Amino acid sequence: MTATSAFPTSVDATLELLTARGYLAERSLATVVFLALKMGRPLFLEGEAGVGKTEIAKVLSAALGRKLIRLQCYEGLDVASAVYEWNSASQMIAIRLAEAVGDTDRDQLSSDIFAERYLIKRPLLQALEPDVAGAPVLLIDELDRADEAFEAYLLEILSDFQVTIPELGTVKAPAPPIVIVTSNRTREIHDALKRRCLYHWVDYPSAERELAIVKSRVPGISAKLSQQVVSFVQALRDQDFYKSPGVAETIDWATALTELDARSLTPQVVGDTLGALLKYQDDIARMQGDNLQKVLKEATSDS
Amino acid sequence: MTIDHLNPPTGLIADNVIGFARALRAAGLPVGPGAVIDALNALQVIDIGKRADVFTTLEAIFVKRHEHALVFAQAFDLFFRAAEEWKHLLDSVPLPDQAKRKPPPASRRVQEAMARPAMSEAQEKPEEQEIKLSVSDREVLQKKDFAQMSAAEIAQVTRAIAAMSLPQAELRTRRTQPDKRGLKLDLRRTLRGSLRTGGDIIDIRRLGLIDKPAPIVALLDISGSMSEYTRLFLHFLHAITDARKRVSVFLFGTRLTNVTRALRARDPDEALASCSSSVEDWAGGTRISASLHTFNKLWGRRVLGQGAIVLLISDGLEREADARLTFEMDRLHRSCRRLIWLNPLLRFDGFEAKAQGIKMMLPHVDEFRPVHNLSSIEGLIKALSAVPPAHHRSLIRPAA
Repeated sequence: MTATSAFPTSVDATLELLTARGYLAERSLATVVFLALKMGRPLFLEGEAGVGKTEIAKVLSAALGRKLIRLQCYEGLDVASAVYEWNSASQMIAIRLAEAVGDTDRDQLSSDIFAERYLIKRPLLQALEPDVAGAPVLLIDELDRADEAFEAYLLEILSDFQVTIPELGTVKAPAPPIVIVTSNRTREIHDALKRRCLYHWVDYPSAERELAIVKSRVPGISAKLSQQVVSFVQALRDQDFYKSPGVAETIDWATALTELDARSLTPQVVGDTLGALLKYQDDIARMQGDNLQKVLKEATSDS
Repeated sequence: MTIDHLNPPTGLIADNVIGFARALRAAGLPVGPGAVIDALNALQVIDIGKRADVFTTLEAIFVKRHEHALVFAQAFDLFFRAAEEWKHLLDSVPLPDQAKRKPPPASRRVQEAMARPAMSEAQEKPEEQEIKLSVSDREVLQKKDFAQMSAAEIAQVTRAIAAMSLPQAELRTRRTQPDKRGLKLDLRRTLRGSLRTGGDIIDIRRLGLIDKPAPIVALLDISGSMSEYTRLFLHFLHAITDARKRVSVFLFGTRLTNVTRALRARDPDEALASCSSSVEDWAGGTRISASLHTFNKLWGRRVLGQGAIVLLISDGLEREADARLTFEMDRLHRSCRRLIWLNPLLRFDGFEAKAQGIKMMLPHVDEFRPVHNLSSIEGLIKALSAVPPAHHRSLIRPAA
């Protein structure tokens, strides 16, 4: 059987697959994941930091038994560090050896030197290689950090799933990898790239779902505390902060609170651990004093 | 809720999707024919009995920007609630692109050239318009306040602005290119070069870092008190947008509007027209601190990331001058490389920062410049081209 048989056959099956791996996704996210798998199209996930965009790629690779190849983007990312590079040191040695044995046939030397064994494969090239377990999951993380020139380069790879190496020829993927592209929107991504992908905005989860996430990710947390944590975080998201806490921060905070043996939220405990939730000094300053009391009171009143 | 009209014959689904795509296009979403084909393919693999799944599927294909999600949701709701009625509606209404088509900007200018516009004729003598400006007139024009110019003079200035060569203050990026005097060794090209000689002589090739013009972010005040200047500034910003890649323009009065895309139109008249149609609070009140807050929160991290220079064009006459203004100005200042405040009020010789708003904003700017006539714009361009002071060259600023 081909590897595609492992793909879920419906949106519900996709949802189950993700849930089984501990990723409690909204139905809309499961729908686009299913579509991306079914249609073989890259999935472009945008959303605030810490809402689980990167996690989905990890979970998918684990659930489908595929290799996960991650390309972390940064300013100045170029073909040499994203696609391939020649192992110049080894090539140099090969040239010296050829010289030493008196072999000076230039064409022969050239084809020896630019052989695959001197090629250092970077994530994008690795993702195009055949794999026994089926095409890998390729995570292109935080694309907004790379510069426009790299984005333009990705266009070719994402539409044709092939790379041209001048010395070797074109490498084409036998089966297109499952591509997940994420962006935190620190910069707009060009429409041309988005057009090649299925687009989905990953939002903060509902209180109910976040509660379920906290319970599954922070075992040993009491029902009361998890309820309060989620209500508090949800209330914080309504406030006008520069950086609202994401799900990742909620989990961090819940873990921190259980480590401190907190039974319930008190102004003291919240004040001490606020740094797990808010990452800007301005935001933390705004949450001190009366504002904290008020939000805390609202969050703890219904539990 | 089940959508009956989607289940029966496939032909109807196609019709519906095409009609829906047209509706979205009419609502301003960029939906191409490729997306329609994608949508039809996608609908074949999901269970179209589930409204929510159909929604997400179509959204993933038709929506490519988060800002469009709301429009999409509304359109979806309207369309698939009564697809048949909507279809009729589409049939009877002329196609959006025909209905909305504006006269091409060039033809408008031709018309204006044939018959002088009535709006400015009251203020000026007709014979003055016909005379081409001489060199000495040009000098006068340099110093003349934009607010006191006639239509013909404004047209002249607009041309002058468009002809100005724009600043190229450059930032070093982390990308490389072949460069003989570069610091990094380009082993790959060195090796290839040496192979040509049988591996004997190694001619060292190098890589240097690429310099790119710094991004410019302009925040232009379009409140009533600035109305005499806004149009010319927009011309100036259009000229910059045309010449450079990374320019973002925001207009603010009581609210903030991103007009970067509108200004990208090649023709200045077309760009300005689409700019003004996207702004709702033209020549209204000013709420600088609220607008800066919106900018800092929603756009700051997206457009200021790469060492941007910020041009804040405003008279600083803020009604709600309080601690929030200081806070937002400080944040803006700390998140960009250089903050230049252009203020037309500086044209007055004895200008003193008396207004509360101006006093609060001043400590947070790197430069405070007049901008009311052609020579001040030229001065600005010089300033932009200059190498920024040493402490600004580093992207990590000392704590304020």
